[in-house]
Amino acid sequence: MVNVKRYLRLLGVQLKASGLLALQYRADFLAEGLTSLAWTFTALAPLFVVFGARPSIEGWTFQESLLVVGWFTLLQGVLEGAISPSLTGMVEHIRKGTLDFVLLKPADAQFLVSTQRFLPWRAVNVLSGVGLFVYAFVSLGRWPSLPGIFASLVLLATSMLILYSMWILVVSAAFFVVKVDNLTYLFTSIFDAARWPSSVFRGSLSWVFTFIIPLALMTTFPALALLGRLPWTWLVGAVVGSVAFASVARWVWLMSIRHYTSASS
Amino acid sequence: MSLRTSLKALPTMLRIGFSEAVAYRAEMVIWVLATTMPLIMLALWSAVARGGAVGRFGQAEFTGYFLAAFCVRQMTSSWVAWLVSYEVKQGTLAMRLLRPISPLLAYATEVLAGIPLRVAIVLPVLGISVWAAGAERAVPTSLGGWGLFALGIVGAWLITFYLNVLLGTLSLFLESSQKLMEVYMVLFFVCSGYMFPVEFFPPGVRTVIEWLPFRYQMGLPVELLTGAHGAREAWALLGAQWAWVAGLGVVSMAVWRRGLARFAAFGG
Repeated sequence: MVNVKRYLRLLGVQLKASGLLALQYRADFLAEGLTSLAWTFTALAPLFVVFGARPSIEGWTFQESLLVVGWFTLLQGVLEGAISPSLTGMVEHIRKGTLDFVLLKPADAQFLVSTQRFLPWRAVNVLSGVGLFVYAFVSLGRWPSLPGIFASLVLLATSMLILYSMWILVVSAAFFVVKVDNLTYLFTSIFDAARWPSSVFRGSLSWVFTFIIPLALMTTFPALALLGRLPWTWLVGAVVGSVAFASVARWVWLMSIRHYTSASS
Repeated sequence: MSLRTSLKALPTMLRIGFSEAVAYRAEMVIWVLATTMPLIMLALWSAVARGGAVGRFGQAEFTGYFLAAFCVRQMTSSWVAWLVSYEVKQGTLAMRLLRPISPLLAYATEVLAGIPLRVAIVLPVLGISVWAAGAERAVPTSLGGWGLFALGIVGAWLITFYLNVLLGTLSLFLESSQKLMEVYMVLFFVCSGYMFPVEFFPPGVRTVIEWLPFRYQMGLPVELLTGAHGAREAWALLGAQWAWVAGLGVVSMAVWRRGLARFAAFGG
Protein backbone atom coordinates (compact mmCIF):
# COMPACT_ATOMS: atom_id res chain seq x y z
CA MET A 1 0.00 0.00 0.00
CA VAL A 2 2.84 2.37 0.92
CA ASN A 3 4.36 1.56 -2.45
CA VAL A 4 1.20 2.47 -4.37
CA LYS A 5 0.98 5.77 -2.50
CA ARG A 6 4.59 6.54 -3.27
CA TYR A 7 4.10 5.87 -6.97
CA LEU A 8 0.95 7.97 -7.04
CA ARG A 9 2.90 10.84 -5.54
CA LEU A 10 5.64 10.32 -8.11
CA LEU A 11 3.04 10.39 -10.88
CA GLY A 12 1.71 13.63 -9.42
CA VAL A 13 5.16 15.19 -9.54
CA GLN A 14 5.77 14.08 -13.14
CA LEU A 15 2.34 15.33 -14.23
CA LYS A 16 2.93 18.67 -12.56
CA ALA A 17 6.26 19.12 -14.33
CA SER A 18 4.66 18.44 -17.73
CA GLY A 19 1.69 20.62 -16.84
CA LEU A 20 3.88 23.59 -15.98
CA LEU A 21 5.81 23.13 -19.20
CA ALA A 22 2.54 23.09 -21.17
CA LEU A 23 1.36 26.26 -19.48
CA GLN A 24 4.52 27.96 -20.65
CA TYR A 25 3.54 27.33 -24.25
CA ARG A 26 -0.12 28.32 -24.12
CA ALA A 27 -0.15 29.27 -27.80
CA ASP A 28 0.36 25.58 -28.52
CA PHE A 29 -3.24 25.01 -27.50
CA LEU A 30 -4.35 26.78 -30.68
CA ALA A 31 -1.78 24.98 -32.83
CA GLU A 32 -2.83 21.65 -31.35
CA GLY A 33 -6.47 22.47 -32.01
CA LEU A 34 -5.72 23.18 -35.65
CA THR A 35 -3.64 20.02 -36.15
CA SER A 36 -6.29 17.98 -34.39
CA LEU A 37 -8.86 19.31 -36.84
CA ALA A 38 -6.49 18.53 -39.71
CA TRP A 39 -5.98 14.95 -38.49
CA THR A 40 -9.69 14.45 -38.01
CA PHE A 41 -10.06 15.64 -41.57
CA THR A 42 -7.56 13.03 -42.83
CA ALA A 43 -9.44 10.38 -40.97
CA LEU A 44 -12.72 11.56 -42.51
CA ALA A 45 -11.71 12.31 -46.11
CA PRO A 46 -11.19 8.65 -47.10
CA LEU A 47 -14.38 7.81 -45.25
CA PHE A 48 -16.33 10.26 -47.40
CA VAL A 49 -14.69 8.86 -50.52
CA VAL A 50 -15.36 5.24 -49.55
CA PHE A 51 -18.96 5.82 -48.54
CA GLY A 52 -19.46 7.99 -51.60
CA ALA A 53 -19.00 4.76 -53.55
CA ARG A 54 -21.23 2.52 -51.35
CA PRO A 55 -23.91 3.15 -48.72
CA SER A 56 -22.55 0.41 -46.46
CA ILE A 57 -19.37 -1.69 -46.30
CA GLU A 58 -19.20 -5.07 -44.57
CA GLY A 59 -22.30 -4.17 -42.53
CA TRP A 60 -21.08 -0.73 -41.47
CA THR A 61 -22.93 2.41 -42.51
CA PHE A 62 -21.30 5.84 -42.70
CA GLN A 63 -22.59 6.96 -39.28
CA GLU A 64 -21.51 3.73 -37.61
CA SER A 65 -18.05 4.04 -39.11
CA LEU A 66 -17.93 7.58 -37.73
CA LEU A 67 -18.04 6.01 -34.27
CA VAL A 68 -14.96 3.95 -35.11
CA VAL A 69 -13.19 7.09 -36.36
CA GLY A 70 -14.31 8.83 -33.16
CA TRP A 71 -12.65 6.18 -31.02
CA PHE A 72 -9.62 6.34 -33.25
CA THR A 73 -9.34 10.11 -32.78
CA LEU A 74 -9.91 9.86 -29.03
CA LEU A 75 -7.24 7.20 -28.61
CA GLN A 76 -4.91 9.20 -30.83
CA GLY A 77 -5.26 12.01 -28.30
CA VAL A 78 -4.36 9.62 -25.50
CA LEU A 79 -1.49 8.19 -27.52
CA GLU A 80 0.03 11.52 -28.50
CA GLY A 81 -0.67 13.23 -25.20
CA ALA A 82 0.38 10.58 -22.73
CA ILE A 83 2.25 7.78 -24.49
CA SER A 84 4.30 8.94 -27.50
CA PRO A 85 6.13 11.86 -25.82
CA SER A 86 7.67 9.48 -23.33
CA LEU A 87 8.53 7.06 -26.12
CA THR A 88 10.51 9.74 -27.91
CA GLY A 89 12.23 10.61 -24.66
CA MET A 90 13.06 6.97 -24.00
CA VAL A 91 14.57 6.43 -27.45
CA GLU A 92 16.72 9.50 -26.83
CA HIS A 93 17.82 8.05 -23.46
CA ILE A 94 18.97 4.82 -25.07
CA ARG A 95 20.77 6.62 -27.87
CA LYS A 96 22.63 9.00 -25.60
CA GLY A 97 23.24 6.51 -22.83
CA THR A 98 21.44 8.68 -20.25
CA LEU A 99 19.16 5.76 -19.43
CA ASP A 100 21.75 4.88 -16.79
CA PHE A 101 20.56 7.82 -14.70
CA VAL A 102 16.99 6.56 -14.87
CA LEU A 103 18.01 3.03 -13.92
CA LEU A 104 19.95 4.32 -10.93
CA LYS A 105 16.90 6.00 -9.41
CA PRO A 106 15.19 4.12 -6.59
CA ALA A 107 11.91 3.54 -8.44
CA ASP A 108 10.69 1.18 -11.13
CA ALA A 109 12.41 2.16 -14.39
CA GLN A 110 9.38 1.31 -16.53
CA PHE A 111 7.26 3.63 -14.42
CA LEU A 112 9.77 6.46 -14.62
CA VAL A 113 10.29 6.35 -18.39
CA SER A 114 6.55 5.99 -19.06
CA THR A 115 5.64 9.08 -17.10
CA GLN A 116 8.51 11.36 -18.00
CA ARG A 117 6.61 13.57 -20.40
CA PHE A 118 2.96 14.45 -21.05
CA LEU A 119 1.58 16.87 -23.62
CA PRO A 120 -1.74 18.01 -22.16
CA TRP A 121 -2.69 20.13 -25.16
CA ARG A 122 -2.90 17.00 -27.27
CA ALA A 123 -6.03 16.20 -25.31
CA VAL A 124 -7.85 18.36 -27.87
CA ASN A 125 -8.08 15.16 -29.93
CA VAL A 126 -10.16 13.58 -27.17
CA LEU A 127 -12.65 16.43 -27.56
CA SER A 128 -12.76 15.94 -31.36
CA GLY A 129 -13.47 12.26 -30.75
CA VAL A 130 -16.36 13.01 -28.42
CA GLY A 131 -17.64 15.54 -30.96
CA LEU A 132 -17.69 12.81 -33.60
CA PHE A 133 -19.69 10.51 -31.26
CA VAL A 134 -22.29 13.21 -30.69
CA TYR A 135 -22.56 13.96 -34.40
CA ALA A 136 -22.81 10.27 -35.31
CA PHE A 137 -25.56 9.57 -32.77
CA VAL A 138 -27.51 12.69 -33.67
CA SER A 139 -27.54 11.61 -37.30
CA LEU A 140 -28.39 8.02 -36.33
CA GLY A 141 -31.37 9.51 -34.47
CA ARG A 142 -30.89 7.49 -31.26
CA TRP A 143 -28.69 7.38 -28.19
CA PRO A 144 -26.51 4.58 -26.77
CA SER A 145 -27.88 2.54 -23.88
CA LEU A 146 -26.39 2.81 -20.38
CA PRO A 147 -24.88 -0.70 -20.39
CA GLY A 148 -23.47 0.14 -23.81
CA ILE A 149 -21.77 3.26 -22.49
CA PHE A 150 -20.46 1.31 -19.49
CA ALA A 151 -19.07 -1.44 -21.74
CA SER A 152 -17.39 1.11 -23.98
CA LEU A 153 -15.76 2.79 -20.97
CA VAL A 154 -14.39 -0.56 -19.83
CA LEU A 155 -13.08 -1.06 -23.36
CA LEU A 156 -11.52 2.41 -23.27
CA ALA A 157 -9.52 1.29 -20.24
CA THR A 158 -8.46 -1.95 -21.94
CA SER A 159 -7.52 -0.11 -25.16
CA MET A 160 -5.35 2.29 -23.21
CA LEU A 161 -3.68 -0.68 -21.55
CA ILE A 162 -3.06 -2.30 -24.93
CA LEU A 163 -1.74 0.92 -26.47
CA TYR A 164 0.61 1.34 -23.56
CA SER A 165 1.78 -2.27 -23.82
CA MET A 166 2.40 -1.88 -27.54
CA TRP A 167 4.47 1.14 -26.64
CA ILE A 168 6.50 -0.88 -24.16
CA LEU A 169 7.12 -3.50 -26.86
CA VAL A 170 8.28 -0.87 -29.35
CA VAL A 171 10.59 0.68 -26.77
CA SER A 172 11.99 -2.75 -25.99
CA ALA A 173 12.87 -3.05 -29.67
CA ALA A 174 14.90 0.13 -29.25
CA PHE A 175 17.34 -1.80 -27.07
CA PHE A 176 18.15 -4.12 -29.96
CA VAL A 177 17.92 -1.83 -33.00
CA VAL A 178 20.54 0.87 -32.78
CA LYS A 179 19.21 3.63 -35.02
CA VAL A 180 15.67 4.07 -33.84
CA ASP A 181 14.44 7.52 -34.88
CA ASN A 182 11.63 5.89 -36.81
CA LEU A 183 10.11 3.87 -34.01
CA THR A 184 7.52 6.48 -33.11
CA TYR A 185 6.62 6.68 -36.75
CA LEU A 186 6.24 2.91 -36.96
CA PHE A 187 4.05 2.98 -33.90
CA THR A 188 1.64 5.59 -35.25
CA SER A 189 1.48 3.99 -38.66
CA ILE A 190 0.55 0.60 -37.23
CA PHE A 191 -2.10 2.34 -35.18
CA ASP A 192 -3.40 4.02 -38.34
CA ALA A 193 -5.09 0.80 -39.45
CA ALA A 194 -7.40 1.10 -36.44
CA ARG A 195 -9.41 3.84 -38.11
CA TRP A 196 -11.40 1.32 -40.12
CA PRO A 197 -14.00 -1.13 -38.82
CA SER A 198 -12.09 -4.36 -38.35
CA SER A 199 -14.53 -6.38 -40.45
CA VAL A 200 -13.06 -4.92 -43.66
CA PHE A 201 -9.94 -6.96 -43.03
CA ARG A 202 -10.16 -10.53 -44.25
CA GLY A 203 -8.17 -13.67 -43.66
CA SER A 204 -4.75 -13.47 -42.06
CA LEU A 205 -4.86 -9.68 -41.75
CA SER A 206 -8.03 -9.90 -39.66
CA TRP A 207 -6.38 -12.52 -37.44
CA VAL A 208 -3.29 -10.34 -36.98
CA PHE A 209 -5.34 -7.27 -36.06
CA THR A 210 -7.41 -9.16 -33.50
CA PHE A 211 -4.83 -11.32 -31.79
CA ILE A 212 -1.29 -10.13 -32.56
CA ILE A 213 -1.76 -6.35 -32.80
CA PRO A 214 -5.21 -6.05 -31.22
CA LEU A 215 -6.38 -3.00 -33.15
CA ALA A 216 -9.90 -4.40 -33.45
CA LEU A 217 -10.22 -4.37 -29.68
CA MET A 218 -9.28 -0.72 -29.52
CA THR A 219 -11.68 0.99 -31.90
CA THR A 220 -14.14 -1.49 -33.38
CA PHE A 221 -15.17 -3.16 -30.10
CA PRO A 222 -15.98 0.11 -28.27
CA ALA A 223 -17.93 1.33 -31.30
CA LEU A 224 -19.91 -1.92 -31.32
CA ALA A 225 -20.49 -1.53 -27.59
CA LEU A 226 -21.92 1.97 -28.08
CA LEU A 227 -24.20 0.59 -30.78
CA GLY A 228 -25.26 -2.16 -28.37
CA ARG A 229 -24.03 -4.88 -30.72
CA LEU A 230 -21.11 -6.23 -28.71
CA PRO A 231 -21.69 -9.68 -27.18
CA TRP A 232 -20.72 -9.94 -23.48
CA THR A 233 -18.32 -12.76 -24.22
CA TRP A 234 -16.29 -10.45 -26.45
CA LEU A 235 -16.11 -7.88 -23.68
CA VAL A 236 -14.79 -10.45 -21.24
CA GLY A 237 -12.37 -11.68 -23.90
CA ALA A 238 -11.12 -8.13 -24.44
CA VAL A 239 -10.44 -7.61 -20.74
CA VAL A 240 -8.66 -10.96 -20.33
CA GLY A 241 -6.75 -10.49 -23.60
CA SER A 242 -5.54 -6.99 -22.75
CA VAL A 243 -4.31 -8.04 -19.31
CA ALA A 244 -2.45 -10.96 -20.91
CA PHE A 245 -0.99 -8.62 -23.55
CA ALA A 246 0.16 -6.23 -20.83
CA SER A 247 1.85 -9.03 -18.90
CA VAL A 248 3.71 -10.17 -22.00
CA ALA A 249 4.84 -6.59 -22.61
CA ARG A 250 6.08 -6.26 -19.03
CA TRP A 251 8.00 -9.52 -19.38
CA VAL A 252 9.60 -8.39 -22.67
CA TRP A 253 10.55 -5.08 -21.04
CA LEU A 254 12.29 -6.84 -18.14
CA MET A 255 14.13 -9.08 -20.61
CA SER A 256 15.28 -6.11 -22.70
CA ILE A 257 16.44 -4.05 -19.78
CA ARG A 258 18.69 -6.94 -18.84
CA HIS A 259 20.06 -6.82 -22.38
CA TYR A 260 20.88 -3.11 -22.07
CA THR A 261 24.52 -2.15 -21.89
CA SER A 262 24.94 1.56 -21.51
CA ALA A 263 26.53 3.60 -24.28
CA SER A 264 29.75 4.09 -22.37
CA SER A 265 30.43 0.55 -21.22
CA MET B 1 32.00 24.10 -53.80
CA SER B 2 32.50 23.97 -57.54
CA LEU B 3 30.53 21.61 -59.67
CA ARG B 4 33.65 19.63 -60.57
CA THR B 5 34.71 18.85 -57.00
CA SER B 6 31.14 17.93 -56.17
CA LEU B 7 30.94 15.53 -59.10
CA LYS B 8 34.28 14.02 -58.15
CA ALA B 9 33.14 13.41 -54.60
CA LEU B 10 29.78 12.00 -55.62
CA PRO B 11 30.72 8.33 -56.25
CA THR B 12 32.54 8.13 -52.89
CA MET B 13 29.59 9.73 -51.08
CA LEU B 14 27.20 7.31 -52.71
CA ARG B 15 29.41 4.39 -51.71
CA ILE B 16 29.55 5.61 -48.09
CA GLY B 17 25.80 6.17 -48.12
CA PHE B 18 25.22 2.67 -49.43
CA SER B 19 27.47 1.15 -46.74
CA GLU B 20 25.54 3.12 -44.13
CA ALA B 21 22.25 1.88 -45.52
CA VAL B 22 23.52 -1.70 -45.33
CA ALA B 23 24.84 -1.16 -41.81
CA TYR B 24 21.50 0.22 -40.66
CA ARG B 25 19.36 -2.26 -42.61
CA ALA B 26 17.21 -2.96 -39.55
CA GLU B 27 16.22 0.68 -39.57
CA MET B 28 15.16 0.37 -43.19
CA VAL B 29 13.01 -2.64 -42.40
CA ILE B 30 11.27 -0.53 -39.75
CA TRP B 31 10.73 2.18 -42.33
CA VAL B 32 9.23 -0.28 -44.77
CA LEU B 33 6.93 -1.65 -42.06
CA ALA B 34 5.93 1.91 -41.23
CA THR B 35 4.87 2.63 -44.80
CA THR B 36 2.42 -0.21 -45.18
CA MET B 37 -0.59 2.08 -45.33
CA PRO B 38 -1.22 1.22 -49.01
CA LEU B 39 -1.68 -2.40 -47.96
CA ILE B 40 -4.26 -1.38 -45.36
CA MET B 41 -6.00 0.76 -47.97
CA LEU B 42 -5.88 -2.21 -50.33
CA ALA B 43 -7.71 -4.32 -47.75
CA LEU B 44 -10.28 -1.59 -47.28
CA TRP B 45 -10.90 -0.95 -50.96
CA SER B 46 -11.04 -4.69 -51.63
CA ALA B 47 -13.90 -4.80 -49.13
CA VAL B 48 -15.58 -2.02 -51.11
CA ALA B 49 -14.91 -3.76 -54.43
CA ARG B 50 -16.54 -6.97 -53.22
CA GLY B 51 -19.83 -5.14 -53.70
CA GLY B 52 -18.98 -4.30 -57.34
CA ALA B 53 -16.49 -2.15 -59.23
CA VAL B 54 -15.87 1.49 -58.29
CA GLY B 55 -15.42 3.49 -61.49
CA ARG B 56 -12.79 1.64 -63.53
CA PHE B 57 -11.51 -0.07 -60.36
CA GLY B 58 -12.36 -3.69 -59.63
CA GLN B 59 -10.55 -6.03 -57.26
CA ALA B 60 -7.58 -6.58 -59.60
CA GLU B 61 -7.21 -2.87 -60.41
CA PHE B 62 -7.12 -1.98 -56.72
CA THR B 63 -4.48 -4.64 -56.12
CA GLY B 64 -2.32 -3.25 -58.91
CA TYR B 65 -2.85 0.33 -57.78
CA PHE B 66 -2.03 -0.03 -54.10
CA LEU B 67 0.90 -2.40 -54.57
CA ALA B 68 2.27 0.16 -57.04
CA ALA B 69 1.64 2.90 -54.45
CA PHE B 70 3.63 0.89 -51.92
CA CYS B 71 6.53 0.56 -54.38
CA VAL B 72 6.49 4.24 -55.37
CA ARG B 73 6.51 5.26 -51.70
CA GLN B 74 9.56 3.09 -51.10
CA MET B 75 11.43 4.64 -54.02
CA THR B 76 10.55 8.29 -53.45
CA SER B 77 10.44 8.62 -49.70
CA SER B 78 12.67 11.28 -48.25
CA TRP B 79 13.51 12.24 -44.68
CA VAL B 80 15.53 15.31 -45.49
CA ALA B 81 13.10 17.67 -43.72
CA TRP B 82 13.66 15.83 -40.43
CA LEU B 83 17.39 15.66 -41.07
CA VAL B 84 17.70 19.40 -41.70
CA SER B 85 15.54 20.44 -38.77
CA TYR B 86 17.38 18.02 -36.48
CA GLU B 87 20.78 19.29 -37.55
CA VAL B 88 19.67 22.90 -37.16
CA LYS B 89 18.40 22.17 -33.65
CA GLN B 90 21.52 20.26 -32.61
CA GLY B 91 23.84 22.70 -34.36
CA THR B 92 25.55 19.90 -36.29
CA LEU B 93 24.69 21.68 -39.52
CA ALA B 94 27.74 23.83 -38.81
CA MET B 95 29.98 20.77 -39.33
CA ARG B 96 28.33 20.03 -42.64
CA LEU B 97 28.87 23.61 -43.75
CA LEU B 98 32.58 23.35 -43.07
CA ARG B 99 32.93 20.64 -45.70
CA PRO B 100 33.71 21.76 -49.23
CA ILE B 101 30.47 20.31 -50.55
CA SER B 102 26.88 21.51 -50.29
CA PRO B 103 25.00 19.89 -47.37
CA LEU B 104 22.04 19.46 -49.72
CA LEU B 105 24.11 17.20 -51.95
CA ALA B 106 25.11 15.20 -48.87
CA TYR B 107 21.45 14.80 -47.89
CA ALA B 108 20.47 13.86 -51.42
CA THR B 109 23.14 11.18 -51.67
CA GLU B 110 22.14 9.77 -48.29
CA VAL B 111 18.60 9.28 -49.58
CA LEU B 112 19.69 8.07 -53.03
CA ALA B 113 22.15 5.55 -51.58
CA GLY B 114 19.28 3.79 -49.83
CA ILE B 115 17.47 3.14 -53.08
CA PRO B 116 19.30 -0.08 -54.14
CA LEU B 117 18.17 -1.80 -50.94
CA ARG B 118 14.67 -0.49 -51.42
CA VAL B 119 14.60 -1.83 -54.96
CA ALA B 120 15.38 -5.23 -53.48
CA ILE B 121 12.12 -4.95 -51.54
CA VAL B 122 10.13 -3.40 -54.37
CA LEU B 123 10.91 -6.06 -57.00
CA PRO B 124 9.24 -8.99 -55.20
CA VAL B 125 6.23 -6.79 -54.44
CA LEU B 126 5.96 -5.92 -58.14
CA GLY B 127 6.23 -9.64 -58.87
CA ILE B 128 3.34 -10.35 -56.52
CA SER B 129 1.39 -7.54 -58.16
CA VAL B 130 1.92 -9.05 -61.63
CA TRP B 131 0.84 -12.44 -60.33
CA ALA B 132 -2.22 -11.17 -58.43
CA ALA B 133 -3.49 -8.39 -60.68
CA GLY B 134 -2.25 -9.47 -64.11
CA ALA B 135 0.73 -7.95 -65.91
CA GLU B 136 -1.24 -5.26 -67.77
CA ARG B 137 -2.63 -3.87 -64.49
CA ALA B 138 0.64 -4.05 -62.56
CA VAL B 139 3.48 -2.88 -64.79
CA PRO B 140 3.89 -1.10 -68.15
CA THR B 141 3.82 -3.62 -70.97
CA SER B 142 5.90 -1.58 -73.42
CA LEU B 143 9.36 -0.07 -73.31
CA GLY B 144 7.85 3.37 -73.85
CA GLY B 145 5.61 2.83 -70.84
CA TRP B 146 8.64 2.04 -68.67
CA GLY B 147 10.31 5.19 -70.00
CA LEU B 148 7.34 7.34 -69.00
CA PHE B 149 7.30 5.71 -65.59
CA ALA B 150 11.03 6.35 -65.12
CA LEU B 151 10.49 10.02 -65.96
CA GLY B 152 7.54 10.16 -63.57
CA ILE B 153 9.33 8.56 -60.65
CA VAL B 154 12.40 10.78 -61.03
CA GLY B 155 10.10 13.80 -61.06
CA ALA B 156 8.26 12.49 -58.00
CA TRP B 157 11.54 11.96 -56.16
CA LEU B 158 12.67 15.49 -56.98
CA ILE B 159 9.40 17.09 -55.87
CA THR B 160 9.51 15.16 -52.60
CA PHE B 161 13.15 16.10 -52.06
CA TYR B 162 12.60 19.81 -52.76
CA LEU B 163 9.51 19.95 -50.55
CA ASN B 164 11.54 18.30 -47.80
CA VAL B 165 14.34 20.83 -48.20
CA LEU B 166 11.78 23.62 -48.08
CA LEU B 167 10.10 22.29 -44.94
CA GLY B 168 13.41 21.55 -43.24
CA THR B 169 14.79 24.98 -44.06
CA LEU B 170 11.75 26.63 -42.54
CA SER B 171 13.08 25.45 -39.18
CA LEU B 172 15.72 28.14 -39.62
CA PHE B 173 12.98 30.77 -39.72
CA LEU B 174 10.47 29.31 -37.27
CA GLU B 175 11.19 27.96 -33.83
CA SER B 176 9.89 24.56 -34.81
CA SER B 177 8.72 23.35 -38.18
CA GLN B 178 7.46 20.08 -36.68
CA LYS B 179 3.83 21.18 -36.92
CA LEU B 180 4.28 22.17 -40.57
CA MET B 181 5.71 18.74 -41.35
CA GLU B 182 2.66 17.15 -39.77
CA VAL B 183 0.36 19.28 -41.89
CA TYR B 184 2.41 18.34 -44.95
CA MET B 185 2.06 14.64 -44.17
CA VAL B 186 -1.71 15.03 -43.75
CA LEU B 187 -2.03 16.80 -47.09
CA PHE B 188 0.23 14.24 -48.74
CA PHE B 189 -1.78 11.28 -47.43
CA VAL B 190 -5.11 12.67 -48.56
CA CYS B 191 -4.30 14.58 -51.73
CA SER B 192 -1.58 12.48 -53.35
CA GLY B 193 -3.47 9.35 -54.28
CA TYR B 194 -1.81 7.44 -51.44
CA MET B 195 -5.02 6.48 -49.65
CA PHE B 196 -7.24 6.35 -52.72
CA PRO B 197 -6.82 7.15 -56.44
CA VAL B 198 -7.19 10.88 -57.10
CA GLU B 199 -9.88 10.20 -59.67
CA PHE B 200 -12.23 9.35 -56.76
CA PHE B 201 -12.35 13.00 -55.78
CA PRO B 202 -15.48 14.88 -56.87
CA PRO B 203 -14.84 16.96 -60.05
CA GLY B 204 -14.51 20.35 -58.29
CA VAL B 205 -11.96 19.09 -55.76
CA ARG B 206 -10.20 17.16 -58.50
CA THR B 207 -9.34 20.41 -60.31
CA VAL B 208 -7.70 21.76 -57.15
CA ILE B 209 -5.79 18.50 -56.67
CA GLU B 210 -4.42 18.68 -60.22
CA TRP B 211 -2.91 22.07 -59.39
CA LEU B 212 -1.27 20.91 -56.14
CA PRO B 213 2.12 19.14 -56.13
CA PHE B 214 1.07 16.11 -54.05
CA ARG B 215 -0.67 14.30 -56.87
CA TYR B 216 2.59 14.32 -58.85
CA GLN B 217 4.51 12.80 -55.94
CA MET B 218 2.48 9.62 -55.77
CA GLY B 219 -0.59 9.39 -57.99
CA LEU B 220 1.13 10.08 -61.29
CA PRO B 221 3.97 7.51 -61.04
CA VAL B 222 1.48 4.93 -59.78
CA GLU B 223 -0.84 5.61 -62.71
CA LEU B 224 2.10 5.42 -65.12
CA LEU B 225 3.20 2.12 -63.58
CA THR B 226 -0.27 0.63 -63.83
CA GLY B 227 -0.86 2.02 -67.32
CA ALA B 228 -3.85 4.21 -66.52
CA HIS B 229 -3.09 6.89 -69.12
CA GLY B 230 -2.75 7.09 -72.87
CA ALA B 231 0.46 8.63 -74.24
CA ARG B 232 -0.95 12.12 -74.79
CA GLU B 233 -2.48 12.37 -71.32
CA ALA B 234 0.67 10.97 -69.72
CA TRP B 235 2.84 13.59 -71.41
CA ALA B 236 0.51 16.39 -70.31
CA LEU B 237 0.65 15.22 -66.69
CA LEU B 238 4.42 14.74 -66.86
CA GLY B 239 4.69 18.30 -68.17
CA ALA B 240 2.78 19.57 -65.14
CA GLN B 241 4.94 17.44 -62.87
CA TRP B 242 8.21 18.76 -64.26
CA ALA B 243 6.88 22.31 -64.06
CA TRP B 244 6.49 21.66 -60.32
CA VAL B 245 10.00 20.19 -60.21
CA ALA B 246 11.44 23.32 -61.78
CA GLY B 247 9.38 25.72 -59.65
CA LEU B 248 10.06 23.97 -56.37
CA GLY B 249 13.73 23.59 -57.25
CA VAL B 250 14.15 27.35 -57.70
CA VAL B 251 12.10 28.27 -54.62
CA SER B 252 13.63 25.72 -52.26
CA MET B 253 17.19 26.64 -53.25
CA ALA B 254 16.44 30.33 -52.74
CA VAL B 255 14.89 29.70 -49.31
CA TRP B 256 17.78 27.41 -48.36
CA ARG B 257 20.31 30.13 -49.22
CA ARG B 258 18.44 32.76 -47.21
CA GLY B 259 18.03 30.36 -44.31
CA LEU B 260 21.73 29.60 -44.23
CA ALA B 261 22.47 33.30 -43.91
CA ARG B 262 20.34 33.29 -40.76
CA PHE B 263 22.04 30.17 -39.46
CA ALA B 264 25.42 31.84 -39.78
CA ALA B 265 24.03 34.69 -37.71
CA PHE B 266 22.98 32.24 -34.98
CA GLY B 267 26.43 30.67 -34.69
CA GLY B 268 28.46 33.87 -34.97
